[in-house]
Amino acid sequence: MIECKHIHKVYKIEDIETQALKDISFVVKDGEFVAIMGPSGSGKSTLMHIIGCLDTPTSGEYLLDGKDVSKLSDDELADIRMQKIGFVFQSFNLLPRTSVLRNVMLPLVYAGVPDTERTKAAEAALRASAFPEGFWNHHSNQLSGGMMQRVAIARALVNNPTLVLADEPTGNLDTKTGEIVLDTFQRLHKEHGRTIVLITHEPYVAEHAERVIHIRDGMIVEDGKVKNRRIANHQRKEV
Amino acid sequence: MKISDVLHETYTALSANKARSGLTILGIVIGIGSVVAMISIGQGASGSIQASIQSIGSNLVLVTPGFQRGAGAGPVSGGRGSATTLKQEDADAIQKEITQALAVAPEISRRYQITAKGTNTNTQVVGTVAQYPQVRNIQIDAGSFISEQNVRSLSKVAVLGPTTRDDLFGEGSTPIGQSIRINRVDFKIIGITKSKGGTGFGNQDDVVFVPLSTAQRFLAGDTYVTTISVQAASPDVMATIQQEITDLLLQRHNISNPQLADFQVLNQQDIVQTASAVTNTMTILLASIAGISLVVGGIGIMNMMLTTVTERTREIGLRKAIGAKRRDISLQFLSEAVMLTFFGGFVGIALGWIISLLVTQFAGIATSVSVSSVALAFGVSAAIGIIFGYYPARRAASLNPIDALRYE
Ligand SMILES: Nc1ncnc2c1ncn2[C@@H]1O[C@H](COP(=O)(O)OP(=O)(O)OP(=O)(O)O)[C@@H](O)[C@H]1O
Ligand SMILES: [Mg+2]
Repeated sequence: MIECKHIHKVYKIEDIETQALKDISFVVKDGEFVAIMGPSGSGKSTLMHIIGCLDTPTSGEYLLDGKDVSKLSDDELADIRMQKIGFVFQSFNLLPRTSVLRNVMLPLVYAGVPDTERTKAAEAALRASAFPEGFWNHHSNQLSGGMMQRVAIARALVNNPTLVLADEPTGNLDTKTGEIVLDTFQRLHKEHGRTIVLITHEPYVAEHAERVIHIRDGMIVEDGKVKNRRIANHQRKEV
Repeated sequence: MKISDVLHETYTALSANKARSGLTILGIVIGIGSVVAMISIGQGASGSIQASIQSIGSNLVLVTPGFQRGAGAGPVSGGRGSATTLKQEDADAIQKEITQALAVAPEISRRYQITAKGTNTNTQVVGTVAQYPQVRNIQIDAGSFISEQNVRSLSKVAVLGPTTRDDLFGEGSTPIGQSIRINRVDFKIIGITKSKGGTGFGNQDDVVFVPLSTAQRFLAGDTYVTTISVQAASPDVMATIQQEITDLLLQRHNISNPQLADFQVLNQQDIVQTASAVTNTMTILLASIAGISLVVGGIGIMNMMLTTVTERTREIGLRKAIGAKRRDISLQFLSEAVMLTFFGGFVGIALGWIISLLVTQFAGIATSVSVSSVALAFGVSAAIGIIFGYYPARRAASLNPIDALRYE
């Protein structure tokens, strides 16, 4: 469960202060599929970094599963990320010259999981994200954008996180591959019961979630259920 | 994170940029290579110098004449050892008074033109006594050395060194019974000595031995001696004997101030120590110069690692985002630096080894690559990796994951 209480984030670079988040408060329950929407520069990524324990708020409280993480050290945050959170970044962020399998198992490498176990987990995660088996041993830089994003999703799933965070996962993809990725998230939510927080600036993408939080200039302006929820229409055989 | 995983990541990172990794370790290769080569040349040289000092005899104390001063010579000083202040009687006195002396061998040596059946050569003629081979570590190859009988009866006999024999009678011949002419006096050859090695000015094989009495009477026309070689019973008593001889000769020559002594007494150990001090200094000097290139190589590694950290900022951010701790990141970068220097050290040792073999082959200088110098080189290269890799690794580890991910 995610609980944000009056979160502020101020960036200060050479005496110029930027108020990226102003008094953000909301709760996301386990198993929810939430989209965070807003125009560019509204503070979406900043919020995701705080929810994902990559960063800490300047003031306010952030409770993850009831635990206040806003005052933890670098390494303690790394531990929480390793155990509970999976990230999908806008620009994939795969290691080049490294095989798909190795990329996916990287979080488990840092968690110190033994070789056979982590290979199994990586294979399971790749299947769950509908990544074609024939490419498992390809280097990540030999893949198409849609495939790379599915590797990134598999990597986010490999440590069995309760919370999956995705920052504009379809931003770099065409509509068709975007659809495949959205389908993957919907299945993860429905079939595996994961909590998913998806960030986007496209209303079309946000409508695939159950609930949308709109933010503008670092403040929540709207928070409500999606009326006509879209279901990604994609035949998995097409992959 | 397990060590095998650290090594896996390190290998992937280094092999991704083979050309750059290779060029970076070149500094370490050259540095370690030259340190190993310099130390091996230094140690080899010191070994061969000590061996050649040892070959002139064991537990040796040498008495040589000093400067010839005063006595109408005015301000002009003859060269050291040119004086005729040591007499036959001095040698006899040492023989009699110094009980710890095992053997005493006076000699009178001078260069003469020597002729034999149409050939001739210019070489050192040493007039000496029967104890000489024992004191100066000389072995007989054929025939016999000068006997006490020869000395007593002023026999005109000669023993040739192998080089002189080769020059006068041809290589490998055994001219025993034939005669040579030194300073218009005929000598009969009674023996040939074994080779002791050495070349050029240090050639101990280009020599002719004759009885001391014969040399004094027929060649020098005087009873002075040029060197008295004294063999001590053991290395422990060498210093004592040296002092006793000094006291004895000062008294015999009526000199009260030791500063004005007209002779000098040298201890073989002192010579060995001086020589090894000189070669050690040389070795340290050469190795330090080579060491400078090691430091330069280390800075090269640091430079490359800093560039790498900057280049891979995004990658570091990603690794941290998915759960890498500070320790994992710094370990990975440190291991990259150490792997580079270790590999450089390995190649450098091979290079140094080859250089020292080539030096032995073509320059004829003895070299020896010792285990300790190889261990030192490995230790130094690993240490350089740690020292120069530490700062870049720390920089990488302290990167903030978000800043790193945002970095373009
Ligand atoms: N590390 C940082 N240092 C300084 N300012 C920052 C930093 N990160 C974000 N900001 C500022 O905070 C504000 C919010 O940025 P953020 O990246 O959260 O926006 P966003 O909603 O994700 O935009 P986009 O849709 O373009 O990704 C912006 O004004 C941005 O300039
Ligand atoms: Mg953003």
